[in-house]
Amino acid sequence: MNNFLPASPVAVPLTVAALLAAVNQHIPRRLADAAAFAASAWCVFACLVLMVRSSHGLIVYWMGGWQPRSGAAIGISLAIDPFGAGAAAFASFLVLVAFIFSAHYFDSIGTLFHVLMLAFLAAMCGFSLTGDMFNLFVFFELMSAAAFALCGYKTEESGPIQGALNFAITNTIGAFMALSGIGLLYGRTGALNMAQIGKSLGQTHDGLVVVAFVMITCGFLVKAAVVPFHFWLADAHAVAPTPVCVLFSGIMVELGIYAVARVYWTIFHGALAQFEAQTRAIFVTLGVLTAIVGAFMCFAQRHIKRLLAYSTISHTGLMLVAFAMLAHGALGGLALYVVGHGLLKGALFLSAGMLLHHLGSIDELKLRGKGREAIHSVGLMLFLALGLAGVPPYGTFMGEALIDSAAEKLHYSWVSYIFMLAGIITAAAVLRVAGRIYFGWGEDLDRSQQDEGETDEGRETSGGQDIPATMFVPTLVLLALGFAISFIPGIRGEVQLAGMRFMDQAAYQQQVLEHAAPPQYKVPPEESLVPGMIRGIVATILAFLVAGLVLLPHPLRHGIEDFSGGVSFVLRPLRILHSGHMGDYVAWLTAGVAVIGGLFAWFIH
Amino acid sequence: MNQLAGEFMRMLPFLVAAWLFLVGLYGIVTSRHLVHLIMCLVVVQTSTYLLILGVGYRVGASAPIFADIPVGTPAVDPVTHALMLTDIVVEATVMALLLALAIQAEERAGSVDPEQLRIMRG
Repeated sequence: MNNFLPASPVAVPLTVAALLAAVNQHIPRRLADAAAFAASAWCVFACLVLMVRSSHGLIVYWMGGWQPRSGAAIGISLAIDPFGAGAAAFASFLVLVAFIFSAHYFDSIGTLFHVLMLAFLAAMCGFSLTGDMFNLFVFFELMSAAAFALCGYKTEESGPIQGALNFAITNTIGAFMALSGIGLLYGRTGALNMAQIGKSLGQTHDGLVVVAFVMITCGFLVKAAVVPFHFWLADAHAVAPTPVCVLFSGIMVELGIYAVARVYWTIFHGALAQFEAQTRAIFVTLGVLTAIVGAFMCFAQRHIKRLLAYSTISHTGLMLVAFAMLAHGALGGLALYVVGHGLLKGALFLSAGMLLHHLGSIDELKLRGKGREAIHSVGLMLFLALGLAGVPPYGTFMGEALIDSAAEKLHYSWVSYIFMLAGIITAAAVLRVAGRIYFGWGEDLDRSQQDEGETDEGRETSGGQDIPATMFVPTLVLLALGFAISFIPGIRGEVQLAGMRFMDQAAYQQQVLEHAAPPQYKVPPEESLVPGMIRGIVATILAFLVAGLVLLPHPLRHGIEDFSGGVSFVLRPLRILHSGHMGDYVAWLTAGVAVIGGLFAWFIH
Repeated sequence: MNQLAGEFMRMLPFLVAAWLFLVGLYGIVTSRHLVHLIMCLVVVQTSTYLLILGVGYRVGASAPIFADIPVGTPAVDPVTHALMLTDIVVEATVMALLLALAIQAEERAGSVDPEQLRIMRG
């Protein structure tokens, strides 16, 4: 049992996926549903057990029993800590929710959807739990390949083809960059185990190490959709089936940030220790840029899934800022924020999916005033928007509060205003959608819009007058959990402790390579949540205000129109940059890597 | 002079790898045909083959088959070969998927020119 548990989140879904692929078409749909449900439920259980057990120290599992000899790793290991196991557990949970939601989806196609989802799940679990660089790459590519196929699932339309191609090409280039970086590290250290590479590198920070760091980091930041690598995300989300969007936004993108953090602290922390201030400045800049670009692009959308996708980009920017603090408090906050955001964003996508099921469209302007019957989904959106603004007691609020207080200690307290700004704009965009669809507020702009590409999406289900419980209940559960995670007793202390373990490079090496006992850490004192609460409440009020100003008739209307005219003057060039052309996106990617690499080279030499 | 040539030969795979990576990217950015674009992606991928095999190569060493050579004979690094084989398998999947998408693009959108496939933008 103990030998099976750590590897089971990878082995079980892969096995079930293979079996389902073998019997494709020959078993009833409900049997396939049950098998997929059982496999992902097992992963949730196994990862939660691993998370609790690893909170006392790393769980190291050597495949085939190839233990390290005299401090040198020979085999391939899983090195499980609370963050990794937590990410895997959360991924499994979202897959479970997606399976329930999709009970009425894809009637005609046998078990292919289940197979792809389970392969995706196995890859995400492996990615979170592994302690080996090459395995990290392989799981990254397995995750990507499954995700590309899921994204382009609705092949009868042409939108999904474009979305899947953009997604696949940019992410594959990212993977090649990461692989080149891994190759360089192997050439330098002769090792693939993360702990071993970190130990061999020590404090060296010559050109090769910097190049490897930049290539690996940028490779994973492509997955994390950080500006200027973010272009694929909106296209992929706009076309992917709704249950798949939940996984993309809820956990896959965040795993990019997770990988950057993991690689930084297991491998490069020693080498870059003396350049911490510069590293922090570069990642904060990238994160802030991402948060702002994402927020404004979010507000400019009318395609609801695309709007939510840009909101995810904005929030990933905040996550990158949290990582950039390079502090245990911020890391703990980041973990909470990822879960809180994933739950809310998942529920938002499911609400959009219900709109599409019920009304056959997800174009905000086309749906204006048609939402009286769709009170379920619009009402949910209202509550979810509050969470995006970070109002207490949503999990996002708790995470933000932790990140803010860590940032304050590092003299980065201004980032909390960026958090507020991004929260206000993304929440206001969702409130605007809810207000326009339910109350029919705002002018009828449907005809007046200029050419801006695809704004709607075809149905994914056979449609229907009522919303089945399998759609509504999972959404409600996500919302309730997004609320509830803040109330887990001692959660703030636990995540900070996990952050300390995550950051302790020396202890990681000793536990992986020498079976050393894990060190003990002191639970940090709890800080006041009041400033965070005030910020959250102010942000929420402002979000309502912004949405109201856009929608409602009022004496300031003309002034506002001038203002929004000014905003769209700024926004138009930004929107033109999102040209939908793969070549442009790859050019931005290349330029981004060059700039980030140049900055690191400049700071370090 | 000989030393310089030796150094150059040692660096050659890495220089070619860097060139392949960049030239592949250039091809992707300027491509007007999806199949051409995907082949450029394969060119980028070959650069990782060269890089990693270059890392594992030892001058004058034999193949890493240890059945019939005396203990202590220098051999090239077998780990890099294992990495390469894994990489080839993984990427074959991705490329097959991409080519399938290109066929779908021709069938559904009626074009394989990225310029014509800009259904979503902004």
